Amino acid sequence: MATYSTNQFRSGLKVMLDGDPCSIIENQFVKPGKGQAFNRVKLRNLLNGRVLEKTFKSGESIEGADVMETSMQYLYTDGEFFHFMVPDTYEQHMAGQKVVGDTSQWLKEEDMCDVTLWNGNPIAVTPPNFVTLTVTQTDPGLRGDTSSGGNKPATMETGAVVRVPLFINEGEVLKIDTRTGEYVSRAKD
Amino acid sequence: MLRARAALLAQLRMFFAQRGVLEVETPCLSRAVTADPQLHNPVVQLDAPRAPRAADGQPLPLYLQTSPEAHMKRLLAAGSGPIYQIGRAFRDGEAGALHNPEFTMLEWYRPGWNHRALMDEVDALAQETLGLGPARRVDYGRAFADAVGLDPHVASTAALADAARTHGVDAVGLDAVDDDDPALRATWRQLLWADRVEPRLGRDADGAAQAWLVEGFPADEEALARLRDRGDGVRIASRFELYADGVELANGYDELIDADEQRRRFAADAARTGRPVDDALLAALDAGLPVCAGVALGVDRLLMVRHGATSIDAVLTFPIDRA
Repeated sequence: MATYSTNQFRSGLKVMLDGDPCSIIENQFVKPGKGQAFNRVKLRNLLNGRVLEKTFKSGESIEGADVMETSMQYLYTDGEFFHFMVPDTYEQHMAGQKVVGDTSQWLKEEDMCDVTLWNGNPIAVTPPNFVTLTVTQTDPGLRGDTSSGGNKPATMETGAVVRVPLFINEGEVLKIDTRTGEYVSRAKD
Repeated sequence: MLRARAALLAQLRMFFAQRGVLEVETPCLSRAVTADPQLHNPVVQLDAPRAPRAADGQPLPLYLQTSPEAHMKRLLAAGSGPIYQIGRAFRDGEAGALHNPEFTMLEWYRPGWNHRALMDEVDALAQETLGLGPARRVDYGRAFADAVGLDPHVASTAALADAARTHGVDAVGLDAVDDDDPALRATWRQLLWADRVEPRLGRDADGAAQAWLVEGFPADEEALARLRDRGDGVRIASRFELYADGVELANGYDELIDADEQRRRFAADAARTGRPVDDALLAALDAGLPVCAGVALGVDRLLMVRHGATSIDAVLTFPIDRA
């Protein structure tokens, strides 16, 4: 893998730090009146999501990380692993519960999502910004009930629980924003 | 901002005209490389008649100057008297909120003056251009101790590294133990200075901009300044810096005029960096550089502080990524 000097650091560059792949968020050049120059660098650890602040001597190099974001189709889960496929090559990858995390509540079979690969292995799964899911369970909305702020919980086919307007019934197909977990609209057929 | 820059340049030229300091222009290109191992000259390859060539006729590389210092000292040794220059300086590898690889530098020299007298003139220039009132005089060691809690002149590498950790500075790949390497100790000290101390300089307790003149810098940071004893055996450089609003604006000192001492320091730097020694400058020192004090001031930064800009890009016509 290539190495990168602090002068090449830019937002989005993937590098190895203490054995973990990281993504650079910000690179700030600081230099005292005389003497050594430094780079104050903000990075996100791609395995645990934590943000780090590190200081490098300017001109120093670190190893790049073999990290790729690939668009894949979600196939199914066997209870332990989630299975994905690159549509063009039929190449399949599987990711454990730890990697998929809360994203699992938005994964519907055959939907496309972004899988982050490090050395060929999935380390993160990002769902599409919007998904269309069917309501599997929700209580009938009571006309005139305003105590709940005009909405109620609904369980979707993937297990996600979303606040929906009172007029939504079981079996309806809804558009959900996965970044906020909020109801957007009824899906248009 | 175009008008603001033009107004500042006119004001600076008026300041020196009134004081009888002569404006000069020296080349941006030189066959000499900077002696400061922390600075990097961009390299230019010319193919012109009379341009320097090797014995086989191939053109020699020329270097864009990191400051006009060497050329101006050659003028001083030739008897120019007090001179100033407003020109372009170049430093490869430097770009950020306060740095652009190409920038405007004001540099001036006062034969027969010491750095204390020059500090008063820098103060006068800061008052005229920034309107912040007389500069506060601050000791380097005191400013460092106030921010970090250590005496920078005597603190060990381990103590400096510890302080960095306590202040949340996480340095990658910097050995924190070896106390016998003075360069490593200096690096930790400079890291704390750049990260913890400098942002507080040139600001009052409420964070409002003030002008500060800082002196008493460690001896190991300056290749071309005279050194003196602080009184307790600690060697300090006869050097000062002007800060305002957390920004380093100027760096000045009593110029080293001893050609043999300069030759020794150049040789020591050359041994470390492999860079050739500036023979023309040494020849000028041999011929006799008058006792003098000199200072370099970043004009772009002066413009930033004057107009409250937080990034140098705001005062440049075209920053390096759009040049």
